[in-house]
Amino acid sequence: MGTLEQATELVTRELGDNVLELTTFRGETTISLKAKAITMAAKLLRDDPALNFNFLAMLTAVDYYPQEPRFIVAYRLYSLPNNLYLGLQVPVSGKQPELPSIESVYPSANWHEREVWDMFGINFVGSHDQRRILMPHDWEGHPLRKDYPLGYEEVQFTFNFDEIDKRKPYAKE
Amino acid sequence: MTAFPAEDQIPEELRPLLSERAQTGETIVLNMGPQHPSTHGVLRLILELDGERIINCIPDIGFLHTGIEKNMEAKTYEKALVMTDRTDYLNNLGNNLTYCLAIEKLVELDVPVRGQAIRVIMVELQRIASHLVWLGTHALDLAAQSVFLYCFREREVILDLFELCSGARMMTSYIRPGGVWRDLPPDFEPALRAFMKDLPRRLDQYEAILTKNPLWLDRTVGISPLDADTALAQGLTGPVLRACGVPFDLRRAQPYSGYEQYDFEIPTADNGDVYDRYVVRMQEMRQSLRIIEQAIADLPTGLFRSDNRKFVPPPRSELGHSMEAVIHHFKLWTEGFRAPHGSVYAATESPRGVLGCYLVGDGGPNPYRVHFRTPSFAALQALPVMAKGHLVADLVAIISSLDPVLGDTDR
Repeated sequence: MGTLEQATELVTRELGDNVLELTTFRGETTISLKAKAITMAAKLLRDDPALNFNFLAMLTAVDYYPQEPRFIVAYRLYSLPNNLYLGLQVPVSGKQPELPSIESVYPSANWHEREVWDMFGINFVGSHDQRRILMPHDWEGHPLRKDYPLGYEEVQFTFNFDEIDKRKPYAKE
Repeated sequence: MTAFPAEDQIPEELRPLLSERAQTGETIVLNMGPQHPSTHGVLRLILELDGERIINCIPDIGFLHTGIEKNMEAKTYEKALVMTDRTDYLNNLGNNLTYCLAIEKLVELDVPVRGQAIRVIMVELQRIASHLVWLGTHALDLAAQSVFLYCFREREVILDLFELCSGARMMTSYIRPGGVWRDLPPDFEPALRAFMKDLPRRLDQYEAILTKNPLWLDRTVGISPLDADTALAQGLTGPVLRACGVPFDLRRAQPYSGYEQYDFEIPTADNGDVYDRYVVRMQEMRQSLRIIEQAIADLPTGLFRSDNRKFVPPPRSELGHSMEAVIHHFKLWTEGFRAPHGSVYAATESPRGVLGCYLVGDGGPNPYRVHFRTPSFAALQALPVMAKGHLVADLVAIISSLDPVLGDTDR
């Protein structure tokens, strides 16, 4: 039987400097890692026979604009045999938002990574298919970024209809 | 369904996902949906067919994307709750519960035992209602039309029960941080008991129509069998995973809202095919009834919602004679309560599988980030694996056996 202590110990032992921080908040343990180590960490945790984190429960991102590193990509792994949750997180720079994909370890990560790409513009290197998933394929911008406005549509009146029409984003013929 | 008329009209971004034979026109690329009655909403599938066999299936989602996660960031914690009703529109109360559990974890708010028991009754009723809609539409897709009408008849009774408690049939927002919006009305228990007495007999009737019906068996047995490892790797949970023989249920594994006190079984099956998913869901409805029976029998007395006034607004009756209550009321409904810096993940067992809520607080009154890990999203991701090699006609059965809700997928 594996425990969370074993999991954190395994990751800190194997990945050394790549582990940035270990935090526990409200009973949830999270390991903060450098981006290049994420695939390795996921593989270690999944393949360790005692730990066996065989299920990717969640993958998403948070934008801390205007801080740097701007994004946090957050993972929650779950181990069915041990009934344990473990959080992983990776800080990602806003200047060059990219990190390795963990699709090779958890196939189900693909759509989650596509969603993060769509919503935050974070590039997952090594993903076999990285298209937008929720927004239309020709959409500009990444809606869940904090510098993306929640929505505001300019009101068109007869006197300024054409002027606003020129810059209004909607499907034109 | 429309086929792309010539191979040069296949959109550029889809080309790498199709086989080489599609480029030469040897196989047909066919568009299914998003307005197709058996896609359970606005799901679009791009199919590559060799005759009637599916070689490739590419789901295209996002037609029901409503930006709920973004919108919630602009509201206070409690006001954002109404948006959770609208994600998975067949599991409204379950969404409320997941979001409330995340808030309660973040701000460390306790829920009184009566509140917890009422929550359990509500989400289990919701599970039955959701499974009834699934059964009705699943049977309708496989041409058993009468079952659809029967199921909606029973579901209507459950919606009436919700209306009795919350005033709304579907978008109830009944489960609130700290408990539930108000106590159960006196009429609720007799109405619930009448329904509970009625339902097992009704379920027997549905099973009499379907379980041993040769037409039903022809369409469901052996279709898209899955093994447990594939299902887990694809992120499938809930009845689909349990049909593969994995007794994984968050109500048992990570009990929330007092589920550890109730005695219930986790139905599983062996083959993981469309028929087994049907068997599992039918048994789950009976187990839900069992849980409700226990919960209503020993319904604790006392508070139905926490009286921690820093998070829960005071009842109207207190406002007339307590200055403090007026202050709390004003503070909570104008500014809202503040949650600390930090992130939490809370998950519940929705009728479709693991529904998780990732909530990030920044010290202010609005959630900094809310993310829902939804079971339908994961289920549709697995669809290409499940559909490969099957006939187009069976695709309809496979989709509905996953019970996807597009509001849940796209949020």
